[in-house]
Amino acid sequence: MCGIAGLIYRDGTHEIGRDLTRMLQSMKHRGPDSTGYALYGPRGHRIVMRYTLADSNTPRDFEFPDRLRRHQAQVVERLRALGATIHDVEAETEYAYRIVLELPSQNGTGDLKAIADRIEDIPDCEVLSLGHSLEIVKDLGDAESVAHQYELGGFTGTHAIGHVRMATESDVDISGAHPYWAYPFSDVAVVHNGQLTNYFHWKRRLERSGHRFQSECDSEIIAVYLAEKMSEGASLEDAMHTSLEDLDGVFTYIAVTDDALGVAKDEMAAKPLVLYESDEVVALASEEIAIRAVLDREIETYDPYESEVLVWQR
Amino acid sequence: MSAVGERRITYDARGLAEPHAEAPRVAEIADGRATFDAHPLTTRQINLELRRLLYEEGITDVTVQNPGAKHSIGVGILTRCKLRFEGSLGYFGLGLIDGPEIVVTGRVGWSACENMMSGVVVVESNAGSLTGAAMRGGDLVVKGRVGARTGIDQKGGTIIVGGDAGSMTGFMLQRGRLIICGNAGPGLGDSMYDGTIYVAGTVKSLGIDCVPGEWTDADTELVERKFSIYGLGSPPAFQKFVCGKKLYNYDNLEPAERKLVL
Repeated sequence: MCGIAGLIYRDGTHEIGRDLTRMLQSMKHRGPDSTGYALYGPRGHRIVMRYTLADSNTPRDFEFPDRLRRHQAQVVERLRALGATIHDVEAETEYAYRIVLELPSQNGTGDLKAIADRIEDIPDCEVLSLGHSLEIVKDLGDAESVAHQYELGGFTGTHAIGHVRMATESDVDISGAHPYWAYPFSDVAVVHNGQLTNYFHWKRRLERSGHRFQSECDSEIIAVYLAEKMSEGASLEDAMHTSLEDLDGVFTYIAVTDDALGVAKDEMAAKPLVLYESDEVVALASEEIAIRAVLDREIETYDPYESEVLVWQR
Repeated sequence: MSAVGERRITYDARGLAEPHAEAPRVAEIADGRATFDAHPLTTRQINLELRRLLYEEGITDVTVQNPGAKHSIGVGILTRCKLRFEGSLGYFGLGLIDGPEIVVTGRVGWSACENMMSGVVVVESNAGSLTGAAMRGGDLVVKGRVGARTGIDQKGGTIIVGGDAGSMTGFMLQRGRLIICGNAGPGLGDSMYDGTIYVAGTVKSLGIDCVPGEWTDADTELVERKFSIYGLGSPPAFQKFVCGKKLYNYDNLEPAERKLVL
């Protein structure tokens, strides 16, 4: 079934880690297998990379700790070999890390594809996100346990999306958890509830354009599809409108960039989404109960219609 | 921004929520009317309190404050009574009801009033998708907009929508009436068997076997009567849509019957 949620504050930064946790926890019944966050903090010159070196349910053999240490050393070594200046390295869990780095190129973005490819070449390593403000955190369990594990309660920012997953078509692991970063594009992420029926068509097409996918999940297609359109000059809204023509199936997805958040529904409006909008905040979720987890007052909400695309700037 | 307090719900081995919950007995009762605050209560506690008041205390006028968009509130009420929900309901609210007169001051989520048998429900705000699914009787009035597939599999009763309706409204409608005061999305009345759909605004597209119908005095009488009952003012001009009777072969024998005959 799965549940999705999004939150964008238009009046500055808030404790979005805490707020999104409340929203996602209230929808635990829609998906207890894993929980994921795409959080947008203040945009800076530096790049934040979130990655894992193992899954939380990877069997712990005797060599597991040594292997993690060895692979982590390789990550740092490879980043330095690519010219990155590393400012901070945090072990969020024994297998999940957060690195703040700076790249030598003019705009500070450098070649994210080269970084992601080089890092993911290390066995069992998966880059969850790379960007100036985007940080993707996902793990097994409900929102409270993931937030506690990664200390997300104090994360401040302007907008965020999240997902609670009921695994139906792929394994219960971190790579099957949402949100998906639009590898290799900076600061684009997607959460999705539904099924794409032309997944393989678009996967082949995007692979022919040089893209690589980190998972077997159809939701990742949406993220890469949108990011590619935007890299060709389309706005997020235009890319989302085009996606309604190109993607087949039943879906509601929330896409997010460093300064905007949008939602799109398929032509059947088969997957739920409830929306609240005011001058200060836009909150949307698969169930109204999630919106009320952060807005404890009477509010007027509505369901977007079929083939509808709505985008808000922060 | 303040947050709602945490609610812990217990489940038994079958996954049933709060199997040992009891009515919290929190309602204030005065002059034959009862009021209680649903904010700190779970879904099961709210429904148990409602049932206690209606069936054990014999109260016929109950107000539920702050339902907080919780799911499955007010289901299975099978008695004549007046209920007022001050706030919004989540999914599957007011399902399987037979007889009550209900006002919801906020919004209702997906599948509100599913399988409603009789009574009246008035929703002051919007409704989600599948509103009035498989409804069999009574009147359901949504003053705002409704989501997709409103009146799906409807078998009787009347659904009145003050605003717009989403795609596939009246999908597989079998009997009863849908009155849409705003616009209707694509696939209106798709695969309908029978029944009538009235739309005041534009129709994005008609579904399979849904065709314009001939307006009669009975239609005028019905629409005016319903608008008058619910204080909706003067009715706008409506277009009428009915089943074209081309999709289903009502008069043909089933394959098994044909074997017997032949």
